[in-house]
Amino acid sequence: MSGVRVLVGTKKGAFILTSDGKREKWQVSGPHFAGWEIYHVKGSPVDTNRIYASQTSGWFGQIIQRSDDGGKTWHQPGTPAGEPRTTPEGMPMGESNKFVYDTASAPLTTHQFYDGTQHPWEFKRVWHLEPSLSDPDAVYAGVEDAALFQTTDGGKSWHELPGLRGHGTGPMWQPGAGGMCLHTILIDPKNPKRIFIAISAAGAFRSDDGGKTWKPINQGLRSEYIPDPTAEIGHCVHRIALHPDRPDVLFMQKHWDVMRSDNAGDQWHEVSGNLPSDFGFVIDLHAHEPETVYVIPIKSDSEHYPPEGKLRVYRSRSGGNEWEALTKGLPQKDCYVNVLRDAMAVDALDQCGIYFGTTGGQVYCSPDGGDNWAPIVRDLPAVLSVEVQTLK
Amino acid sequence: MIRVTIPHHLRTLAGTGAELQIEVNGPVTIGAVLDAVEISYPMLRGTIRDHGTLKRRPFLRFFVCGEDLSHEPYGTPLPEAVVSGKEPFMVIGAIAGG
Repeated sequence: MSGVRVLVGTKKGAFILTSDGKREKWQVSGPHFAGWEIYHVKGSPVDTNRIYASQTSGWFGQIIQRSDDGGKTWHQPGTPAGEPRTTPEGMPMGESNKFVYDTASAPLTTHQFYDGTQHPWEFKRVWHLEPSLSDPDAVYAGVEDAALFQTTDGGKSWHELPGLRGHGTGPMWQPGAGGMCLHTILIDPKNPKRIFIAISAAGAFRSDDGGKTWKPINQGLRSEYIPDPTAEIGHCVHRIALHPDRPDVLFMQKHWDVMRSDNAGDQWHEVSGNLPSDFGFVIDLHAHEPETVYVIPIKSDSEHYPPEGKLRVYRSRSGGNEWEALTKGLPQKDCYVNVLRDAMAVDALDQCGIYFGTTGGQVYCSPDGGDNWAPIVRDLPAVLSVEVQTLK
Repeated sequence: MIRVTIPHHLRTLAGTGAELQIEVNGPVTIGAVLDAVEISYPMLRGTIRDHGTLKRRPFLRFFVCGEDLSHEPYGTPLPEAVVSGKEPFMVIGAIAGG
């Protein structure tokens, strides 16, 4: 029997929503890690029982949680139950929440602050966890202040891939409204050495050697209201998506505009077309139709709610430019929620399901590719992230 | 036996009640108490002080016998009342919304 497991990170804990393949009746589990901010929860594509969660707090810092049984139980992988709490030398274990920049390989620079002054680089939290496509013990982590970390031992320990932060443009990177975060990590399924990442607000980068070296891939992006609208660095990329069958084609929701690249980011062109706003956070692709793209327009810049108070998902079946509003089952008046960058996902069932969560605590599901929507839950804490596991 | 009180979120992480009881070998200082907490409860490493810099996390404070020791050096000796277990070493989270 097929089914889905929706992993929801919120401002006050994680929730797991499960259903069979019909996606009509749902079981809700949670809150897990009640009271903590859960920036992201994501499962391994090769072992659906293996799930990682980024648990964070302005008071107590960063925690990494791991489940080996599909979210029923959790542990901090650096401190497994029953194992010694100290090393033979007497030093504490508990390294799974240790994210320390590799300053030996890439000395810490400063970055640009909101007012244009230079600001120290400081670790704050993990925004995004991207499990390997082939190894359940390997995961990339995108962090604030922006850098890329990796574990190869199931989250017990983490090390930085310093080539990105040491790329040389770091002093030009600057925080977006949410902080200077590395929020998007995409692994090319046809070439695992190729990784795409995005930083707000620096732009998109690509590595072709497994994360050792990086190049900015921002040509064609145009951001008005930054000093040089076509600069190589400084674009506020909100999210990038790719289809696994065609990983050289990328779609981007930028602070301004929806963009497309047909050559792995070497060149971008705008595909916003008839969208009602040039702003939004999420972007995702239909599991079986590489030219079918979904976005949720949001009103920029400081309002950050749907235009006209209507919550509408927009779908393009032509790879951009021509968009249709999907509204059935979504509130079409007095709706002023936001949908944050990691809060949309798709399942891989035969009839592709689309999911998104809002800052109002609703998680919506469309089991038919966006034609019809219904809330799975209505009253969670503000949703930070949504991921889906397809269970077959 | 040194008594250490910790905030709610750290209790849930450590799987404990409000108070930890730890042994400290050698001089009982702020740093020695924090070291002992992290050895006994490794899941708390990085939550009270930063992993890299070992600085106290900015939204936490340390109180002992009604005195704020948050800004004292880690080598500061703790009073006999803490050494004897009569008074706890208190780790307190800032009341700051959220």
